[in-house]
Amino acid sequence: MENVFDFENNIDIAWCPGCGDFSIRKALLGALKELNLPKEKVVLVSGIGQAAKMPQYINTSFFNGLHGRGLPPATAIKASNPELTVIAVGGDGDMYGEGGNHFLHATRRNPDITLFVHENMVYGLTKGQAAPTTRPGMKTPVQVSGVFEKPLNPIALAISLDVTFVARVFCGDIEQTKKIMKEAVLHKGFALVDIFQPCVSFNKINTFKWFKDNSYNLPDGYDPSDRASAFNKSLEEEPFPLGIIYRSSHRTAFEENLEIYKTDKTPLFKREIDMRKVEAELKTKI
Amino acid sequence: MIKNISDDLVIVLAGEAGQGLQAIESILSSLLKRSGYNFFSTSEFMSRVRGGTNSTEIRVSSKSAAGFMDRIDILIPLHNGAIQHLKKRITESTIVIGEKDKINYGKIIDIQFTKMAAETGSAIFSNTVAAGFICGLLKIDIKECENFILEHFRGKNEDIKIKNAEAVRKGHAAGISLKDININIKKSDDVKQHLLLSGADSVVLGAIAGGCNYVCGYPMSPSTSVLEKLAVYSQKFDIIVEQVEDEVGVVNMALGAWYAGARALVTTSGGGFALMTEGISLCGMIESPLVLHLAQRPGPATGLPTRTEQGDLNLVLYAGHGEFPRIILAPGTLEEGFTLSQKAFNLSAEYQVPVFILTDQFFVDSSYNTPQFNTVKISSEKHIVETEKDYKRFSLAQNGISPRGIPGYGNGKVCADSDEHDEAGYITEDSDMRIKMVNKRHKKFDSIKSAVIPPKLYGNADYKTLVVCWGSTINIVAEAVEALGKKEIAVLHFSWIYPLPDETGGYLKKAGKIIIVENNSSAQFAQLIKLSTGYSIDNKILKYNGFPFSVEEIIKEIKQFI
Repeated sequence: MENVFDFENNIDIAWCPGCGDFSIRKALLGALKELNLPKEKVVLVSGIGQAAKMPQYINTSFFNGLHGRGLPPATAIKASNPELTVIAVGGDGDMYGEGGNHFLHATRRNPDITLFVHENMVYGLTKGQAAPTTRPGMKTPVQVSGVFEKPLNPIALAISLDVTFVARVFCGDIEQTKKIMKEAVLHKGFALVDIFQPCVSFNKINTFKWFKDNSYNLPDGYDPSDRASAFNKSLEEEPFPLGIIYRSSHRTAFEENLEIYKTDKTPLFKREIDMRKVEAELKTKI
Repeated sequence: MIKNISDDLVIVLAGEAGQGLQAIESILSSLLKRSGYNFFSTSEFMSRVRGGTNSTEIRVSSKSAAGFMDRIDILIPLHNGAIQHLKKRITESTIVIGEKDKINYGKIIDIQFTKMAAETGSAIFSNTVAAGFICGLLKIDIKECENFILEHFRGKNEDIKIKNAEAVRKGHAAGISLKDININIKKSDDVKQHLLLSGADSVVLGAIAGGCNYVCGYPMSPSTSVLEKLAVYSQKFDIIVEQVEDEVGVVNMALGAWYAGARALVTTSGGGFALMTEGISLCGMIESPLVLHLAQRPGPATGLPTRTEQGDLNLVLYAGHGEFPRIILAPGTLEEGFTLSQKAFNLSAEYQVPVFILTDQFFVDSSYNTPQFNTVKISSEKHIVETEKDYKRFSLAQNGISPRGIPGYGNGKVCADSDEHDEAGYITEDSDMRIKMVNKRHKKFDSIKSAVIPPKLYGNADYKTLVVCWGSTINIVAEAVEALGKKEIAVLHFSWIYPLPDETGGYLKKAGKIIIVENNSSAQFAQLIKLSTGYSIDNKILKYNGFPFSVEEIIKEIKQFI
């Protein structure tokens, strides 16, 4: 059956053959289709990087802005028109490095948007330098003696910030990736899905096989609702747990906190300024 | 000896941060204007929360006068440091009034504000005593003062209201019985119908009238008052006001808001703006509207955080990598502050370019009375289209302006990309398309020309000497030139800075002598004039010590050139 989120004609995709991004795209197309969202109400937002090219390859509206700056516009788009489904996409460098501060503060605002981070532990577009998540010891064109910095743990970070939907998946499992993407989009509030993905060109250590060997699916009985135990779970490394690690519904979304939507849900573009009110305000200055 | 003051009175209040200068100013401004006096006030303060010395100048005049004066007729120092702080401006004819035991100044007229306040219950009422004192000097009816005070403190409990009323009575009695000064300033019924606004108010109300419904900012002097005032109005006018984590986030959030159909304002100062420049470039590439208010202060770096300067024109003119059109406005009067801030939203929406409103500390922190604005003709123009299925955000329109769609309104897709893109918004490296897109963006310059506001001439059209200025200096320069009383000198003021109005060359050509006045060290606007018209202005009056020009200073400087 036809997928309205895909293109009718073949498109030129700039990713390397064999790149994990293709699997993520396949999962995302599947998720959007199965969610049955009205196409004109979906907006993809990204910064810069190989992952950030994703909006170009999905047949919807998009805002493909600056490196690291995906989340501020995504937050504003949702706040300006809460009827839109807003999905931000980026790589580990884009979202956790250049955009790290925006990531921290987006979690505080808790806009009802979804963030997919392609996690390949290396910089792809700039050809092989270390990412904030690169594992220690990897030699790169810049980190010539090997990376020694502690890798950032986005899952633990997000849970510590009380992001109410925190998941990690491996793109090699397209079905699970799609399933969790759907749940993330449906989740009310900020949702993070960190997606393990091999970079076939620049990361010869964290390969498809490495991710497969160094991760495991959370058992069926796992309860993601307890934040403290979810945090403990998030500290596990090699093997990394996969699935929804933390989920809660106790926070109110950013848009719901905004005064302007408390009694009137009309998106901003449909609103008109009442000049009589402006004139009346000027009169108070007499 | 009795000092006679006619038609123009300059009072300076000076004290430590936290002593309540603003409280006195806020009482006096409303009360004096309500009584029919032309009122002007401006404040200068140190970059500290407590201590130091700050001062507020209050001008009361028979004719409307909103220029900063060096002369001080009456100085009211609230602490001893005030004398040292203002020593360059204190002359033989300055009357100093204050508490003799606290202020070390020989010829002080002793008025015990604090003691009078304590008699009413607490020293905290001394600001109200001081305000009452000035009202007494001006012989304002005591009933009017009392009524105003009760209204001013209406939110407070009964005890506070009664004690403040008592404080204003005590101060008033002391003022009216002081025989050393005889003040004679004309009142006018017209003034009673005027608005009383600060520069910040004018920008804020203009933005609201422009349909602003999303404000992004990060606190930074001297732009913070615009952010805070809009926050106060946010509920009444349905505005989202967000304090963002940093200025990089500020500008990107504002662009996202415009993309989704909001009308967003960014407010900042030079240092914050410097962080936004990549976002300005993105604005140029995705042809987004964006209205940005920049209240200038002296740089480089942290500079003088609470002082004034017109030093960021070049920054705004060249901010952002790559080539793309922009509009720069710089209001001089409160009316311009309102009308240009309103217009900025329509211009930005129509031409899909960043529009900068360039003010400075002197502009935002000065208040005065001004005739009511004409709001009949203004409207908020959206310039948004409902998209069709095959909509292309960057269609190659003749005039460079592609109809702007927003996501969720119509059946089309709205694709914005920071890479060079084709008409639909998809990344391209096709060099022919690159040329088409560069040309399309550039064409908007020509379209903008039809909207340009020409400079305003103050004085005779057959001038021989032309004094050129821009932005916040106009009230000072116009008053100085009027005071010189020479018909052959006129003032040309620019509130539309860029693209430079086509009329500029014509005005300059007619002048035998051209003088530029700028609150910076390198005459940045003169550089722009030279670049755009070829005219070189060599007679420069420049000031960059962190303070605004005074009327007297401009008079003296112009005299050196004529």
